[in-house]
Amino acid sequence: MKLRTKYHGEVEVNGTDIFYFSNGIPGFLDEKQFVLLPIEDTPFIILQSVKTPVLGFAMIDPFLYFPDYDIELDEQTIERLELSSERDVAVYVILTVADPFENTTANLQAPIVVNRAKKLGKQVILTNTPYRTKHRLFPEKAGAK
Amino acid sequence: MLVLTRRLHEAIQIGGEIEIIVLSIQGDQVKLGINAPKHVDIHRKEIYLAIQAENSEASLASKTVLHELQSHLKKLERGENE
Repeated sequence: MKLRTKYHGEVEVNGTDIFYFSNGIPGFLDEKQFVLLPIEDTPFIILQSVKTPVLGFAMIDPFLYFPDYDIELDEQTIERLELSSERDVAVYVILTVADPFENTTANLQAPIVVNRAKKLGKQVILTNTPYRTKHRLFPEKAGAK
Repeated sequence: MLVLTRRLHEAIQIGGEIEIIVLSIQGDQVKLGINAPKHVDIHRKEIYLAIQAENSEASLASKTVLHELQSHLKKLERGENE
């Protein structure tokens, strides 16, 4: 099927590429279908809504940029995503791309967790965690150059 | 809004499947136990609102700024490899 997207123009996707988010995501509860579209040559993966072409979230692999990032999925999430093997899990975090881009932050408190095999997804809100919604991607500059 | 008064260890039943129990009361803190089906997400309200706001903000990223970010990251990578 052809899909109109926020960052990739019109793309061809298979029905089997569509991830189902049964509860939507906070703020976008009616958005239940997304595809993951990597932007070539970049670390970005776009969480693109199937229903709404202009709705896409830039995500990254948190473990690349925050090597100490460590999360534990609760039983409810594991059950909801029908996760039976660690191999099937992928974790992403949504970027809030700021203008200027140096102030871009990553939401480590609410990662997007997907079951790659069963194509199920959920934005998991971590509890009892030190992670917050805004972690800077670039450390703050100590002084002007 | 429906307002109900409950004492310690008393509960509220919502529909057939959701139960909220007052587990303890200490000063201005109330500890609640919630039984609900697995498909129901339960969150502290302020955290849920923060995630909601963050998602809304994140959805606004323009293509232009994302491109700037892209080229900046590339520069960083090249810098590290040199």
